[in-house]
Amino acid sequence: MATQVLMPALSPTMTEGKIAKWMKSEGDNVESGDVLCEIETDKATMEVEAVDEGILGKILVSEGTENVAVNTPIAVLVEEGESADDVADAPAPAAAAAAPSEDTKSDAAPKEEAASAPAQPKSDPAPEPEYDGPMKTQTVREALRDAMAEEMRREERVFLMGEEVAEYQGAYKISQGLLDEFGAKRVIDTPITEQGFAGLGVGAAFHGLKPIVEFMTFNFAMQAIDQIINSAAKTLYMSGGQMGCPIVFRGPNGAAARVAAQHSQCYASWYANCPGMKVVAPWSASDAKGLLKSAIRDPNPVIFLENEILYGQSFELPDDDDFTLPIGKAKVERKGADVTIVAYSIAVGIAMEAAEKLAEEGIDAEVINLRTIRPMDTATIIESVKKTNRLVSVGEGWPTCGIGSEVSSIAMEQAFDYLDAPPVRVAGVDVPMPYAANLEKLALPKAPQVIEAAKSVCYV
Amino acid sequence: MARASKSGASSKSAAKSTSRSKSKTAAKKPEVTGEQLLSYYRDMLMIRRFEEKAGQLYGMGLIGGFCHLYIGQEAVVVGMTQAGTSDDSVITSYRDHGHMLACGMDPKGVMAELTGRRGGYSKGKGGSMHMFSREKNFFGGHGIVGAQVPLGTGLAFGHKYSEDGGVCHTYMGDGAVNQGQIYESFNMASLWKLPVVYVIENNKYGMGTSVERASSNVELHERGAAHDIPGMQVNGMDVIDVLEKGGKALDHARSGKGPYILEMKTYRYRGHSMSDPAKYRSKEEVQKMRKESDPIDNLRHTILEAGHSNEDEMKDIDKEIKSIVTAAAEFAQQSPEPDESELFTDVFLEASA
Repeated sequence: MATQVLMPALSPTMTEGKIAKWMKSEGDNVESGDVLCEIETDKATMEVEAVDEGILGKILVSEGTENVAVNTPIAVLVEEGESADDVADAPAPAAAAAAPSEDTKSDAAPKEEAASAPAQPKSDPAPEPEYDGPMKTQTVREALRDAMAEEMRREERVFLMGEEVAEYQGAYKISQGLLDEFGAKRVIDTPITEQGFAGLGVGAAFHGLKPIVEFMTFNFAMQAIDQIINSAAKTLYMSGGQMGCPIVFRGPNGAAARVAAQHSQCYASWYANCPGMKVVAPWSASDAKGLLKSAIRDPNPVIFLENEILYGQSFELPDDDDFTLPIGKAKVERKGADVTIVAYSIAVGIAMEAAEKLAEEGIDAEVINLRTIRPMDTATIIESVKKTNRLVSVGEGWPTCGIGSEVSSIAMEQAFDYLDAPPVRVAGVDVPMPYAANLEKLALPKAPQVIEAAKSVCYV
Repeated sequence: MARASKSGASSKSAAKSTSRSKSKTAAKKPEVTGEQLLSYYRDMLMIRRFEEKAGQLYGMGLIGGFCHLYIGQEAVVVGMTQAGTSDDSVITSYRDHGHMLACGMDPKGVMAELTGRRGGYSKGKGGSMHMFSREKNFFGGHGIVGAQVPLGTGLAFGHKYSEDGGVCHTYMGDGAVNQGQIYESFNMASLWKLPVVYVIENNKYGMGTSVERASSNVELHERGAAHDIPGMQVNGMDVIDVLEKGGKALDHARSGKGPYILEMKTYRYRGHSMSDPAKYRSKEEVQKMRKESDPIDNLRHTILEAGHSNEDEMKDIDKEIKSIVTAAAEFAQQSPEPDESELFTDVFLEASA
């Protein structure tokens, strides 16, 4: 049976090309893999190989012809005994017609693309469980360690790896005692090789384990960010839902004290920009423990942004091994009526301090601890803004494209008519972190700036 | 062309013609029967014909974006797969269609992913470079040069941690061996004695740059020397050489001695991707390889010479492969595009309580 040879597309962008030269003549025998002709594309001259075998019955487009559209029949292959005159009836392999779709509508009217796009499903995080059991006081450091230890006792597949997590007991002593309890199989000192061990952790998660990967600080995770984004966050989607990646990347994030630009960056907005990943930023010991346990149990990759300054701070938290907090749910740390202050991580403390001082001046601030940056609990923010009509965001990261920018956008998109003043961002100063003590102090947000911002949106 | 599967279940449409039983332990010195030679021939031919068809569909605009064909390198993945066991895992970069077929994945599902349809392995959301099959222990299909190597090392970590007896076959190209993360992986794999075989598919060119122009030391099997990882050069155009040396390397890794490096000297006949003008090598070079070293032609010759089969039987195999590939291409064109609601699925897994 005769077969048509079609003008091929030879690059992702080619729509037409020139038949530069026929390498076979009519009547020639053609085997699969033989070069039929040369085609000039928008990028280069390329050879076209035969896929089917037969005899070149007829050349339909002669040498030197320009602007031949992709999928135009350019020749016909016939079988022994067939005449080139049969070519009129030669079937073409199906050209790149529109894919069949279950949508049977046949109207040719242009579609309204935006209108036809499906709406993004809204996730509704579980509410925070009521707890009225016994409480205890712990540092954030102890809470993080207990969260890991409890989850490692609960599930054999959970293991911890990172630099100095085992014999040194953790560069910041977060993993103190874990090597003794769980042994070297499950508490693993890695070489200084962030990209390598981040990728190794992702591979282990694909295999079915549940790694906790500690970065000594998130500054060093920039070396590993390809593995975190491209391998951990995107693979579930790219695999059509087959390749879950249950992994936690955790460690201190943001400014510590006097360690200068390369060791003092907040990565919240970097990771929060990427779908496929959850981003958690705890403030209190209760946040740290409840959220880290949920992160370890979560079947998705979770970025867990801790803060070195907070490690030594003590808080009250439930005295219960089963206590967890839902990822994706913010907490109203202080109820108020006059202005909403949205903060995350160490900035929650700054917001609380500012709220106390504002109260002395007669301004009743509501403080929202985001707890999770992605997926962000927009409902809690909007509900609060509808009540207070004023919004201030606080975070240590740089202001440009930062978390505060996102919070402001959400309020303006979803509660514009409720706002009595433009939202204000309080953020880190837009410079690399300086070393000098006085300059470093100036670069980070403090309570007086939050107070000033709150007063400005209240027009006080 | 599946490896022996744990359940004994065969792969879907392809399996009818290619399923076979296979012992779980790799032979040290393979004594290869005529029947086995025929099955390797069939497996390699399947990849060759599949890739030719993919090239054709690309030319027709049915496959978009990037498409990297494996034509010429078939002996590597067929030999390694046959040397392995059903406990092993496989991971590679983006020249990956051959690896999927060798793992026993259904040609229909692979082709439908190339055309971006809902019947594809990733429901049309991954494309040529991103396909996976948990069932067949195939872990992708990764688009970033070298990134699959730490991942494969992690799969090996998983094999060791869970003591499941598996070895990870971690493939990379000659271009990838100059990425830093390869050596980070080599170091950890050797330090922790992980069961991984690193298979370097040296097809002489990383895109358009020859190994000589990219690597200070072109003996790529020696790249593990700094980490005490043994390496071996293999004739990647000869499935029997791959089978024999692959078996040795896999035995080494499986027995707890740590990683092994195999440098497969191979060749890709087609361009790096579909839009490769091939100005960096001569036509004569390509023709010479095709004429003298083709793994499929040479094996066919061996089979006929030894009287394991005859021309008629070989023609029947050709026909049968062609019909499987044609069916895959038809399926790939008839399967609908993914439903629009799929845009928002598979971003997260639901947390179980």
